[in-house]
Amino acid sequence: MNWLRRRGIAFKLSLMVLSGVSLVIGVILTINYNTTRQLMVDKIEDGAFNLAEATANRINTLLRAAEKIPAGIATTITQLNPNQEELEKFIRTRLQQNPELFGIAAAFEPGAGPAAGRGKSDLYSCYDIRAYNHIKKCPIDYDYRYHDWYQIPEVLNRAVWSEPYFGESGQIIMTSFSWPIISRTAAGKTRFNGIVCVDLSLNWLRNVVSSIKIGKTGFAFLITRNGTFVTYPKTELIMNETIFSIAEARHNPAIREIGRRMIAGEKGFTAITSLTNNEKYWLVYTPLKANGWSLGVLFPQNELMADINSLTKIMLGLGIGGFFLIMLVILSTAGAITKPLRALAESADQIASGNLEAVIPILKTRDEVGRLALSFADMQRSLKEYIKNLTETTAAKERIESELKIASEIQMGILPKIFPPPFPNRPEFALYTTIRPAREVGGDLYDFFMIDDQHLCFTVGDVSGKGVAAALFMAITQTLIKTQVKAQVERSTATTLEMVNNDLARDNPSMMFVTLFIGILNIVTGELEYCNGGHNPPYRLTADAGAEVHPLAGTDGIALGVMEDTPFSCKSVTLKPGETVFVFTDGVTEAMDSQGKLFTEPRLENILGRLSRRPVNEIAHEILSAIDEFSTGIPQTDDITMLIIRYNGGKTAAN
Amino acid sequence: MFKKTALILLVSLLFWFPGRQNPAAAQPLTKVTFMPLWVPQAQFAGYYVALETGIYKKYGLDVKIISGGPGRSSTTYLKNRKADFASLWLVNGITLCDQGTAVVNLAQIVQRSALMLVARKNSGILKPEDINGRKVSLWGPPFTIQPEIFFQQYNIKVIPIHQSYSVNLFLRHAVSVTSAMWYNEYHTILNAGINPDELTTFFFADHNLNFPEDGIYTRRETWEEHPDRCLAFVAASFAGWKKAFAEPDLALDITMRNLRKEHIITNRVHQKWMLEHMRKIILPHNDPEELGRLKREDFLRVAGALKELGLIKKIPDFTSFRQPPAGE
Repeated sequence: MNWLRRRGIAFKLSLMVLSGVSLVIGVILTINYNTTRQLMVDKIEDGAFNLAEATANRINTLLRAAEKIPAGIATTITQLNPNQEELEKFIRTRLQQNPELFGIAAAFEPGAGPAAGRGKSDLYSCYDIRAYNHIKKCPIDYDYRYHDWYQIPEVLNRAVWSEPYFGESGQIIMTSFSWPIISRTAAGKTRFNGIVCVDLSLNWLRNVVSSIKIGKTGFAFLITRNGTFVTYPKTELIMNETIFSIAEARHNPAIREIGRRMIAGEKGFTAITSLTNNEKYWLVYTPLKANGWSLGVLFPQNELMADINSLTKIMLGLGIGGFFLIMLVILSTAGAITKPLRALAESADQIASGNLEAVIPILKTRDEVGRLALSFADMQRSLKEYIKNLTETTAAKERIESELKIASEIQMGILPKIFPPPFPNRPEFALYTTIRPAREVGGDLYDFFMIDDQHLCFTVGDVSGKGVAAALFMAITQTLIKTQVKAQVERSTATTLEMVNNDLARDNPSMMFVTLFIGILNIVTGELEYCNGGHNPPYRLTADAGAEVHPLAGTDGIALGVMEDTPFSCKSVTLKPGETVFVFTDGVTEAMDSQGKLFTEPRLENILGRLSRRPVNEIAHEILSAIDEFSTGIPQTDDITMLIIRYNGGKTAAN
Repeated sequence: MFKKTALILLVSLLFWFPGRQNPAAAQPLTKVTFMPLWVPQAQFAGYYVALETGIYKKYGLDVKIISGGPGRSSTTYLKNRKADFASLWLVNGITLCDQGTAVVNLAQIVQRSALMLVARKNSGILKPEDINGRKVSLWGPPFTIQPEIFFQQYNIKVIPIHQSYSVNLFLRHAVSVTSAMWYNEYHTILNAGINPDELTTFFFADHNLNFPEDGIYTRRETWEEHPDRCLAFVAASFAGWKKAFAEPDLALDITMRNLRKEHIITNRVHQKWMLEHMRKIILPHNDPEELGRLKREDFLRVAGALKELGLIKKIPDFTSFRQPPAGE
């Protein structure tokens, strides 16, 4: 059906409507043909039965009339027991009186009839036949006792019509009605004395049957109780063929079945193929009651159906004509309806491929298609407008983005570089930092620098807010710390934070603040002095295998920039060689998973415990991987910053 | 030794005669007459095919076929020297010999008996015993011999009715059982509208009464004086039969033409049935080698039955009856 989907509306519409029309025409024609045909067949059947019955009755009447004659003769013979002369005269008279008969015979058992007394084995018979206009004797010169006309009524002990046979001349087909002459003996038993037989030429019967003509090719035929043809237009069949031999020759069991019904004395009406060619007929058959033969009348289907067929042809012609007319109408209507649609579709194709200047056809109609065209034109206008705005906005956005990128580069430039390792000639400690900004410009900061040969200062902070403002605040903080640390003689981290806090809080109209951890490591002694301004407490990792992870004790400081003259205090711990300090921003612990759960300190502590003896850069990378795994598919919301210092011991100790 | 020589002679004749065709034109044809048992129906197709396709001429014979039929008996014609060769039933041949007419069997064409009894199933006849007490139409001799023994075998008493040329006694229900030849009357019954499954059939051949039927006979004097002529007639007749079986349409055309000439009432499908069934009884094992063979056991069965019934005084000598004695 894919080919159909690709076709246009006009085609589909035409196809469906025409299919429907064809179906309707087809159904009407079929029903009409069948109904008319059935009516016709019923009518023919009625007529056929009437015709066949009338003909059968006519033949029957003649046969019945003939049947009475031998009965009378037999009675006369039994009762009067005539001598030879009397009998011969009697038979001649009877033949003269019955012109429909061809001959009359009386034939006797040996020693019976007028021959009685002459000798036990003498046969006597008397046979008169009609020859042209006179009657002549026709002696039976054979032993008739074993011929069907004599023997069958004898054995059956009743009168019988014979199968047809060729008469004396060999030309005329005859049938005989034989009546047994029965007498009663003194003992009351019946005795068979002989046969009285009347012969009928079948010529008259053939004339009756062949006078039936139906149309040009319809006809009637007669078969005997054996199925033998007595009359048929094709004369070779007569006497030679039975309806069954024809069925066999034509390999047509249906004909055989019909034949069996016919000779069984049934009446019927059925369709049949001609016995001699392939024409279709209706056959009506009815028995001749007198002798059990069957009369068949064949009605040519083609001929009788010719009127219906021509009517059907006319209707079919009209149907086809109507079909084409409807097809034309539909094609033109569908074409007219879909023409603007096609034009619209073309414009839409052009617009879709980017040509916003494509011309939308202007329609005068205000139907669905007209409204569609108007909407389409509106849509085109809006689209143009929108694209114009979009182009402008995009240009502005690109400009901002490029500026942000520059800001980010500047910010990153402020942070000390990680690679190559910052202090390659300082074996006393190993340091690694990493920052992953959440946006282009982040608010996290870190720093580390040697104050002198013995002291390493490092900071990690987190400015409130994000973006350029946070970055600028962060830059100020970074600079202030560095300046303060370097300017101080005492080197107190608490003082440093107090000073920086005052500087930040003093001119802080936007009320920004920064949490900050600062530590100064004496790389000789391992002493770490630190101060925490509201920042997440860093962790101290012991060096041994089952490392303990402890947060560094707090120093009670608040975030810088909030309030002037806030006091800060510092604490100090001494790191053993191999111990590590892990400083971080809340971007690590507050990383979120897809359910909104946080990474949390316990999870971080657990991971750190496992990593305590690994190189510092690997610790950073492992934690980043753990965070990535935890928040798979969730965009990073906060900067992630880590600073890791491992104290390797003083120079002397190291050596 | 003699048998072997005769066989070689026969075989060599079979191959030798066709070889003589070309010079045959120069040779004058020998006039002989042949009489089949009955009218020129497909029962005798082989002889008429041999005649009309020139096979007899190829064998140097100018054959005249004397048509049989009612009132004309091939037995009488052969006996009275009105025919040189005749088609006879084996029982006729044996009886003739016994009655003093020296005839010899040159070929046993029909080897399986086609004689049968037919009854309607709905008359209650399903097995031989059911025939007891019924009216049975029977032809005259030699057709009576097998039924007579059959009735004895099954201890049946019947009311015999003389049957002549039709099966109408049976079709009109005047008798319950009729005699029929498988290739002829049985088909007539079928084509009078009775279906095979409505009929009970008793083939005598199936009841230990296989009496071979049509054979080619000649008088002993003819055989002794003109053995080559006799062998040529037999060989040509065999060739005619083979051609008839090989080309049934040709055989039927010839048969129908001859039957029409004699105004015999018949039709082509009937003759087709007859030819097909002649093949089944002429070559019951479908082995062309067996064509014309008379088996000693068949001969003894028939002759023994005839003697038993007192129809012959003594059983003729098989090797003398069958000429050339190569049939075993």
